[in-house]
Order: sequence, then C-alpha cells, then structure tokens
Amino acid sequence: MDINAYIESGILELYVAGSLSDKENEEIYALMQKHPEILQEVLNIEAAVIKLTAATAPKNKNYILTSIKKTLNFKGNNDTKVISITKYNWITYTGWAASVVLAAGLLWTVNQNTTLQSNIEVANVKQALLETQIANSKNSLEEAQTLVSVLRDDAITKIPLAGQGNFASTYAKVYWDKKEQRIFLDAQGLPEPPEGKVYQVWSLKLSPLTPTSLGTIDDFATDTNKIFEIANANQSEAFGITLEPAGGSETPTMEFLYTLGVAAS
Amino acid sequence: MDLDILVEKFKQKDEKAFESLYAMYSESMHGVIFNIVRNHDIAEEIMQDVFVKAWHKSDTYSSKKGRFFTWILNIARNAAIDKTRSKSFKNTKQNLDASFFVDILETSDNLDNTTDAIGIKNYVGKLAKKCIEVIELLYFKGYTQTEASETLNMPIGTIKTRNRNCIKELRNMVLN
Repeated sequence: MDINAYIESGILELYVAGSLSDKENEEIYALMQKHPEILQEVLNIEAAVIKLTAATAPKNKNYILTSIKKTLNFKGNNDTKVISITKYNWITYTGWAASVVLAAGLLWTVNQNTTLQSNIEVANVKQALLETQIANSKNSLEEAQTLVSVLRDDAITKIPLAGQGNFASTYAKVYWDKKEQRIFLDAQGLPEPPEGKVYQVWSLKLSPLTPTSLGTIDDFATDTNKIFEIANANQSEAFGITLEPAGGSETPTMEFLYTLGVAAS
Repeated sequence: MDLDILVEKFKQKDEKAFESLYAMYSESMHGVIFNIVRNHDIAEEIMQDVFVKAWHKSDTYSSKKGRFFTWILNIARNAAIDKTRSKSFKNTKQNLDASFFVDILETSDNLDNTTDAIGIKNYVGKLAKKCIEVIELLYFKGYTQTEASETLNMPIGTIKTRNRNCIKELRNMVLN
C-alpha cells in the first residue's frame, strides 16, 4: 500500500473530524498501529484542529471545571487543593527523616563544641592561676634566698630596734647591707597600723639629731613575712620607726616613735 | 503522559486523568460549542453537560472507534446542536444563519490575547472562503463527508482534497 498516497487522500483529516463510518475508523486505527507515519500525521492534524477550535473559545473559565468537579463529587473539588498525605512517597519521608537526624546531629555537635570551649576556658583560667602561684612561689623563694644570704653575710650589720615609751612591747630589726645601700626591715614585732596611718622608717644622724625619711611602709598589712627591703644610701647612725598619717610626714612625730635602735659603729 | 494510558485511567474513573484530559481539550470544546450556540451562558452550561456526560459514559469509548479528541468532540457538537433545537433556545432568537467560526475570531473581544489566537486570526484572515466553509462544516458542525458533499454541492473526493489542503495551510501556520 502506498502510505503517502493514502495520507494525501485527505481521509485522515476526515478521521479526526469524525466524518467517517465505524468501519473506516477501525481500518485507520489498524493502519496507525502498523505505520508510525500515519499515526504522526493524525497527531499533527489533531493538534492543528485543537488549536483552531480553541482559538474561538471565550476566555478561560476556570470555574467551569470547578463546577464540573462538584457535580461529579470529586474528592478534590475545592479550589484550594488539599494535597493528600498518601501522595508523599517513601523518598519524601526518608528525606524528612534524614534532615531531622542531620539537624539533631548538628545541634549535638554545636552543643559539644560549646561545652568543650567552656572547658578550655576553665582550664585556661586554672592554668593562669597555677602560673601565678608558681610565680609567687618563685618570688617567695627568691626573697627567702635573699634573706638567707643577707643573714649569712658578714658585711651585713644587724641593728635591733627596741620598743620606746608606750610602745615598749614592740620591736623590729634592721639588717643593713651597706654595700648594696639597702636595709631589710623585719617588722614582725610591730602591730598592724590603725586605719589612715602608716609606719615611716627613718635614718638618723645623732649629733646633731637629723632624721632622714627612708619611706613609708604602705603594704604592711598585706605583706606576709613583714620583711621590707628599703633603699638606704645614708651614713645612718640609728634607725627609727614612727607612726604617721598616710602618705608620711616631713619629720618624725616623736610621740609615735615605736622603735629605735643605734647602729654599732 | 502517554495519551492511551491517560484515557485508560480516565475510563477507570481516575479524577487526575479526567483533569488532565480536561486541560487538553476543554478550550477546544468550548470554542466548538460557543461557535454553535453563540451565547456565553449557554455555552458554559453545555460545557458542563459535556464533560459530566463524558465521565459517566467513559466506558463506551474505545480507541478502535476513533481518536479520543474526536469522541469528545462528537459529544460536544451533539450537545450544542441539540440545544439549538430546543424550545427554550429558539426563544432566545439567536441568529445563527450564515455565521462561521471566523466571525468569532474577527470580533474577538472575548478571546484570549494569546499568541495562538492572534496567529490563527491572522491565518483565518487570509483563508479562502472555500476553506472556511469546509472547516466549519467538518470540524465545527460535525457533518459527515456525505452531508458536506451535499451541502457544498461538490463530490466527496473534492471535499477530501480541499479539506486536506486547508488543514495543511493551518498546520503550517500554527504548528511551526
């Protein structure tokens, strides 16, 4: 059979129009199954006719379909479509489950990270504390070693300062390192100064009596061993300690002379 | 989706398949129906009747008997023509004499301004009267080849070749 001649006869256009007999329709159906070019020709004719007839339609009326679906009692006959839960397949569920697991995992990781970071901070603080303690210990050790060396040094002059007047029960000692021009004052025997007062250390010349301030002991209360290193470049003949208002005085207040001691020349 | 599968599902009363087929053919049917009755409200009413009917008698369709498009086109044309013969319709005094589908395209106030509609309008403007007549009778009115032959007073062979050539022109216009 000549397929082209058959197509050109115009019978397929009539087939789409529905103008043929039942017998002719069945023949064409059989031919379409056998010859893809006939089927393709029918599809093209149909597409063109659908476009032409659709062009004469009034504007798209969505409510017609809505109305039809209502008449037919369709389940989803509302405009607002309710998507049935059964539409979701296992991939959807798996996907959601996976994202939930992932989110939980992320939260856990973030939480772990925060905990670890705060642990590190705590450890850092502890370390700083220990370092300070070590530094303090080292300082104490150095101080102690210095003291020991001072006590053992022949060149060091030891001057006991005796309690004076009302303060007879107090005492102090001065270790004078002339070479290094410094004294170590051991003030263990002095009471804690009252509020607003400080001890002031004096270097004295005896004839005539000339006091020279070596400074005030501002950290008396906080110092644990009560040994204070004080610079002293004077040719001192005696040392005295008075109680003075905070900041110290120009000249010693003799009523509050606690201890006094003369250096053995 | 393959049309055969879609139609098979439709015959098994699958609502989604129905909606797909509606999307494919409803505009075309609306055009055909409106061309016959020339009344918006009546056309919409017939549209509903046609698709409800198609749903209920879906099991009577068989691909051996023709294209699915042709099947629903027949339902639409018959419903519209039945309507024009009813008493109530005659009372509306619609003047349907000598009106062709091209009239709708030429006075297209109520048409979608889609590229297709505009393209077809241009095409139809150039279309020979002999094409308008034969397309109107065969596709919009559902005449058999014998009826068309008698109405246009020409042999069936001539109807077939003329129609073939007219549709060829249409295809060149809208499918390329």
